[in-house]
Amino acid sequence: MSKANTIPAGDTAAPRNFGTFLKELDWRRYVIYIGFVVVFLFFAVLLRDQGFMTPQNLLNIFRQTATITVIAVGMTYVISCAEIDLSVGSVAGLASVCTAMAVSQWGLVPGILAGLAVGLVVGSINGALVSLLGIPSFLVTLGMLGIAAGVAQWITASAPQPILNDTFNMIFGSGDFGPVPGLVVWSALFVAAGAVVLNRTKFGRQVLATGGNRNAAEFTGINTKRIKFQVLLISGTVAAVAGMLYAGRLQSGRFQWGSGDELSAIAAVILGGTSLFGGFGSIMGTLFGALLIGLINNGLILAGLDSSQQQVVRGAIIILAVALARKK
Amino acid sequence: MNTADNVVEMRSVSKGFNGVSVLKDVSFDVRRGEVHALAGGNGAGKSTLMKILQGVYQADAGEIIIGGKPAAINSIQDAKNAGIGMVFQEFSLVPSLTVAKNIFLAAEPLGAGGLIDDRASVRRAKEVFAEMEVDVDPRAEVSRLGTAYWQLTEIAKALSQNAQVLIMDEPTASLARHESEALFELIDRLKKRGISIIYISHRMDEVYRLADRITILRDGRRLLTEPLSAVTPEQIVEGIVGRKIEGQLAYRERDHAVHEGAPLLEVRGLNAGRRVRDVSFSLRPGEILGLAGLMGSGRTELARALFGIDRRDSGDILIRGKKINLNSPQQAIDAGVALIPEDRRAQGLVLDHSVRDNLLLPLLGQIQRGPLLNSTKGKDLSSSLIKKFAVKVAHPNRPVRLLSGGNQQKVVIAKWLGTNPDILILDEPTAGVDIGTKSEILDMIRELASAGKAVIVISSEYPELLAVSDRVLVLKDGSVIRDIPRSDIADEEYLQLAVQGV
Repeated sequence: MSKANTIPAGDTAAPRNFGTFLKELDWRRYVIYIGFVVVFLFFAVLLRDQGFMTPQNLLNIFRQTATITVIAVGMTYVISCAEIDLSVGSVAGLASVCTAMAVSQWGLVPGILAGLAVGLVVGSINGALVSLLGIPSFLVTLGMLGIAAGVAQWITASAPQPILNDTFNMIFGSGDFGPVPGLVVWSALFVAAGAVVLNRTKFGRQVLATGGNRNAAEFTGINTKRIKFQVLLISGTVAAVAGMLYAGRLQSGRFQWGSGDELSAIAAVILGGTSLFGGFGSIMGTLFGALLIGLINNGLILAGLDSSQQQVVRGAIIILAVALARKK
Repeated sequence: MNTADNVVEMRSVSKGFNGVSVLKDVSFDVRRGEVHALAGGNGAGKSTLMKILQGVYQADAGEIIIGGKPAAINSIQDAKNAGIGMVFQEFSLVPSLTVAKNIFLAAEPLGAGGLIDDRASVRRAKEVFAEMEVDVDPRAEVSRLGTAYWQLTEIAKALSQNAQVLIMDEPTASLARHESEALFELIDRLKKRGISIIYISHRMDEVYRLADRITILRDGRRLLTEPLSAVTPEQIVEGIVGRKIEGQLAYRERDHAVHEGAPLLEVRGLNAGRRVRDVSFSLRPGEILGLAGLMGSGRTELARALFGIDRRDSGDILIRGKKINLNSPQQAIDAGVALIPEDRRAQGLVLDHSVRDNLLLPLLGQIQRGPLLNSTKGKDLSSSLIKKFAVKVAHPNRPVRLLSGGNQQKVVIAKWLGTNPDILILDEPTAGVDIGTKSEILDMIRELASAGKAVIVISSEYPELLAVSDRVLVLKDGSVIRDIPRSDIADEEYLQLAVQGV
């Protein structure tokens, strides 16, 4: 018996050739890449005299989007598991100040450990509240957004925490690998690791299955509580690394670093084709989603729009892209 | 018969999707006050035909005549206005609203000042229920009611919109036996009031109990339309499947020598929640154990406890004589237990994921190379499962959602048999599956037992239970009240009485 929402051609369509099948199935998934190319070409033509195409500017786009890319990689796991993490921006800020304080007190390695510890602790708390107590992640991480930001401001008395350790600053964002900015290397590492784990490991499949149908995943022997815990732990830890990248690039820890990044990261993930309802995730898509946002920011600045106009155009482009990518 | 008696007539309707013809020149008519059964295998075109009548799809060719006049049905609203109501298989109610609010959703009676008059809707809902001669509280929140009441609410909703024709798609799928009986009586009353019903069901006994005529579709064509008195059940089954099915529903002796070994599974004094009370039984290799009982008798809960989903309060589960801790499905899987859950869409499958991903989900450990999954191995493994279980798929990469119910069920079974379990529990394995696939699944169960596996089958359909079980446990209120060898069960009636505790 075919059920009410079964597409009737479904299993009678076997003889259809593979080309048509690809054509009708998949272009929505690639809309982010198409959108990226279109916007890129648009700016390349429009802003050819404003220095858009210079290697320096293009590298800049990468550098400016690096922290968002890193956060968004973690967010892809959370969203494809049908959860959300609103605390990532504040976690980045808190990690940046804790790292900065620990570096100046105890040196490089304790500083890095302090930053990571922030992510692990906040991620574990988020994960435990969501998976053990069953509180929706939206609420848990909304609360945590405030808590982490408040703690960061409190322990620093709102003052920036300078980082004078050059090694730290070199590793986390200020340094270059030959011609390649260190930040670009960091985001490449996270994207590569994120893509492999999501697509090619048992854990990745279990995340997608949990997001796609938690009940069925549970009946298949997947410990979905553990999966939910793990994705929130990953997202918190990755956000803490992003906070250290802020700290290294700007050579200081500050409670404002990362503020508002949760929204950019979510936008990047959704633009990249990850389903807001869980079950599907694409790390490559997320990378291009983040780059598209960076591209738009960069182009609009070069075009001379002021920041209020930038916000309007950026919002409109995001809505347009998601509208094109949505399922029929 | 005079055509003026036809409330609905569909003439030479054809419909295709993406160049694939799904309905070819199908004519179908419904007379006033008649129950007209619509039968056919998966993909025969029943759903498409009904969706054209409901205005979800538009026919490519042919016409629809309602009350003697050609009608253009281009939207669901057109169909409603023409008096066609649908009782959805997956209920279309808003659970958080009351019965009355659901009935008059988007057609609320308005009172003074254009505000919604809830008291009027309660009053009118009461009138509708009184006409139906059923007792439902219009003020009750739908989420607090059982599925039988959801269905009554759906029917009331259609009647309140003056439906002349009700389409019922597998209406008894989620009902207990006495609830089904109440529904049949309601259908009889509706008939007397001149309401016509298009009844889609795989269950032959219901079709014979209710229907005046039957239309069988096969491969998008109409095979026949006949009064029920003119066709035998065998003819119907053969018409649906396209071949003769003999003795599928008859019990067949298998090689019982395998039964002699030590029990594979032993359950001693198992208590879990309120629905599993002091259950003890044992199961030998090669044995098929049927679990019978009314809805709520604890059949499903027993299966869940054996699979580690529900917490066990006390009692022991022994596998091959060893006590096993079953606190999670993973532990059950490791101990060689597999459960085919009763609701394949909610519990068995990730509907939006591909057939391949669904098949591989419990088998990821088998296709790992180091920390990574080997996609070639995965493709080979899933293809071999698809082939072995004869799942009809256009491509393993397509979402499992697009498959018919029968093929979806095969995917669930294949996914679990890929783990090579020793003990297999099947909860309603043939619910909503056409008769051809059903006999395939029953054969599969027999083969598994012959191969030395221990099988537990839960089913509300007694013929099916009797066709495969070597022994039947009867559950009532969570306890085993009878343990009957198949040879002691003379017929369905005997089992039915046992289930009712007589």
